[in-house]
Formats: sequence, structure tokens, C-alpha cells
Amino acid sequence: MASKEAYITGVGQSEVGVRLPRHPLLLTLDAAKEAVAEAGLTFDQIDGVFSFPGKVNGYLAFSPVGTDEVIEALGIKSKWQMGAMEQPAQLAAIAMAAWAVKSGICRHVLCFRTVYEAGGMADPAHYMPARSDTVSGASQWTSPFWATSAACWTAQYAARHVHQYGMTREQLGQIAINGSKNAMLNPRARAITKEELTLDKYMDARLISTPLCLYDCDRFSDASTVIIVSAGDALDEIKCEPIRIAAMSGSVDRYSWDQVEWPAAYDAGRDLWQHTDYTVDAVDTAQFYDGFAFLPITWLEGLGFCEKGEGGRFIEGGTRIARDGQLPLNTAGGQLGAGRLHGFGFAHEAVTQLRGNGGERQIPGDPKVAVATSGGGPLAAALLLAKD
Amino acid sequence: MNPPRPRPKLDQENTAFWTGGSEGALRIVKCGDCGQFTHPPRVLCRHCQSENISAEAVAGTGVIDTMTINHQPWAKGLEVPYVIARVALDGVPGVYLTTNIVNSPVEEVSFGDRVKVVFEEQEGIFYPLFEKVG
Repeated sequence: MASKEAYITGVGQSEVGVRLPRHPLLLTLDAAKEAVAEAGLTFDQIDGVFSFPGKVNGYLAFSPVGTDEVIEALGIKSKWQMGAMEQPAQLAAIAMAAWAVKSGICRHVLCFRTVYEAGGMADPAHYMPARSDTVSGASQWTSPFWATSAACWTAQYAARHVHQYGMTREQLGQIAINGSKNAMLNPRARAITKEELTLDKYMDARLISTPLCLYDCDRFSDASTVIIVSAGDALDEIKCEPIRIAAMSGSVDRYSWDQVEWPAAYDAGRDLWQHTDYTVDAVDTAQFYDGFAFLPITWLEGLGFCEKGEGGRFIEGGTRIARDGQLPLNTAGGQLGAGRLHGFGFAHEAVTQLRGNGGERQIPGDPKVAVATSGGGPLAAALLLAKD
Repeated sequence: MNPPRPRPKLDQENTAFWTGGSEGALRIVKCGDCGQFTHPPRVLCRHCQSENISAEAVAGTGVIDTMTINHQPWAKGLEVPYVIARVALDGVPGVYLTTNIVNSPVEEVSFGDRVKVVFEEQEGIFYPLFEKVG
């Protein structure tokens, strides 16, 4: 019996740290326990496990835990599982889980993303990729020119925005500054943000790849985030306020960082509104992927919060995106302020805010609609979440 | 002294691109049927899926479409800052190359600059770098 709707029920998160001694599978367990407890479920009610990107054996720091071992270690009797890199960005794993429950093939799907990118550096032989002087696949078009990091690739888009529309560093800096202010009120961000970032400090920061400076790049962290997706006809089994996945969109633009003019966020942003009666004006809070500070600008413009080219002016001064502003942004601190949770943190925080569980960082009013996004460059996926 | 550049692993699709510089040629895959270009190189035309393709020498000139000044040494001993640019190639609509702009101080490189290819060889790989024209 197919259920037409998919809901996020439980959300959970482990401790977020830098070089945590706790094994990544145990971090995943911590997040999973919290999520099922919140949903009022037990592991034996879970019948699907989905993840992005699945265990990456050649680079365990990036993704140390796969769906196989979560199923086995948590005693889950799973019908459908999926752990894959080839998806339109991180939140696509949650979107795929939504399709699974909508079609009736699963009732409660546990979705997770575990990262061990800080801890992994302490044990490179086990967690880091083997050193190689050769490159193949997509990286052969960038690495030979020492465009080694996604920071360099994102900088190319950001620099175009500066050139074409006049975005200033003072404007761009508001993403990291806003993130740090919110992170100061997030108990799980203590290891990542220890003091508020000021504009002066931002402007003095070491440049990485113009216009991006050190504070525009997220920080490796160790953590796990779990999101439970439940079928509309299984809500009688849960004990929390369900949050509906009102719309979702994904886009892959040629899988290329350098053959396209702008990141895929513009396509996925536009497309999201084709799947819902809600409009951009209904959104009470935005949780935008900020692996690099420029990416939220692309989501602001792509989703239509402002015109293309106006993103810098939209966030100028930071008041509009503050917790008490017109569009509270990255209220847990984002990845810049609260660590590189790699996409799933945005869905976690959207649900936290919609349920009024934000504690000191809770936004005012009674937020009903949130948008969470993930991806960068050629990859993009967005979720519209509603308490309705 | 900069470390050696990462070396592309040569295969059926990319060899013409990475070795064309031995004959001074920047080679981009062109379709013999529809006449359009495919980059990254493939064994088929990405526009019409024809298999009648070949890597053709192009002008090797272009314009800086976007650029960043990179300050972070991503490898030990890498000299910074340097320019990473995306070059739009003349006569090759829709194809861009990520590359370095060399032989100019970084502060003298900007959007819209005209550039031409200069190959840097390293053990049989000819890296297409670009320098400002005039």
C-alpha cells in the first residue's frame, strides 16, 4: 500500500569534534540511538538504510561507515539499502529514502552521514588515501594545474560573481560571521567555534583562493548525523511531531566543475518550487550548504530569495540572515561554524528549528517551513520541509 | 622549485589532449558529423552521440573567463601565489580549460585578458598553460 507522503521523524547527532577518539561506527550508533529515541521507534522497526556516499574504502576519513555495517551492528532487518556517491549531492540519500517510503517499499528508513576527516588525519595509514602522483577521471582537469581543492573550483565561481555583480569581501564575510554567532549558541559546535568571528578578523584572514579566505572554508570534523524518514501511513508508530518532506529537487550539471558557468544550485533551486504549492515567501528558515561561503549565495539566488547577482547585497550587514531577521540562515552555525557534517547537518537543523528544539538558538515565532540544501559545483539537492 | 605536477593517467580518451603539445598542438575532440566539440574528451560526440570524432588542433588562443589567485600551497614546496584561470578557447564554443596563467605577475592578470597556450613538458605529458598575449 503506497503512502503519498514522506516525513522526517527522528533526527540525531553524535558529539561533533576534532580528532575524536571515539570510533566512527560508535559515533554513528550515538546518532542513530538519539534519532530512533526521538521518533519513538526501535531499531527493529527500521526496514531501510540509506547513505551518501556509502563506505569509501580508499578514503575512510571521508566516509568511514557503510550501510552494510550499520545494518549488521544495529541489528536492523533491512529490505532496501543504498550507499552511493553517484547522487545529486548529500541530501539526495534522504530524497531517495522519501521515494522508498512514498512507494510503499519501506516504512522507516534510517539515513546517515558519518565523517571522520579530522580524526582520520591522526591515523593516515588507515584513513587517508594512498599517495599517488597520477590523477584520472574528473580530477585530471584540475589537479595538474594545482587547482587541487574544491576551494579553488568554488573560488572560480565566486570570483565571477565578484567581477560580474560586485560582491565584496565584507558582504561574503557575513556567511561565516553569521555562522559563528549561531555556533556560539549551539552546544554541539563547542569544538569547532570557540569565539565569535568579527568582520575585522575576517578581513585580516589569510587568503586561500581569492575571494575565499580561511574562514570561508569549512573545517574537518568527526561526527555522525542520522535522519529517519517515515511513511505517511506509518505515523501511528511514531511519538514525535512529523515534519513533511513537502518537495525535493536535485540537479547534476554535466558533472563538471569547469565546463558550466554557475553551480547546479540554480537549477535545483528553480526546480524545487515546481513540486509544491508553497512559494519562497513561505520559508521561515534556510539551512544552506556552506562547505564554502559562496555556496549559500548561489542557493539564495537559485531558490529565488533574491535576484541572480543580488546575493551579496541580500546578506550585507548580516541583519537579514540573523536569527531574528527576515530569513534566519544556518542557525546551528552551518559547516563553517559547526563543522563539516557534509550536508546532513542542514536537514537536522531544519527539523530542530521546526520543532522548536533549538534551545538558545531557536528562532522566534513558530516556524513552519524550512529549506535545507546540499551540494556545490555540478551537484545540488534541496529539501523543502514543512510542519503542516 | 615547484614539485612535479600531478600526472594524468593516459587512456584512449585523453592521450591526444595530454600529448598534443609534443607537436605544439592543443587538441580538442571534434565531431566529424555535427562539427561540435566535446571536452572533456570522450569516444563519442556529446552533442549528437556520433562515434565519428577526432582530436583536432585548435587555435590555442582564448580569453580568461574567470580566475582566482591561489594562496594556499596544496603541495609541499609549491610556490604561491599563482593564478588558476578558466580559459574560453577561440573557435571552440562551449569548451573551457582550467589552467594556470604563467609569465606574468599575478596582479597583472585579470578577467577578459587575451591569452595563448604554452606547453610545459614533464615526462611526456604536455601541460597546456597559458600566457598573456602582447
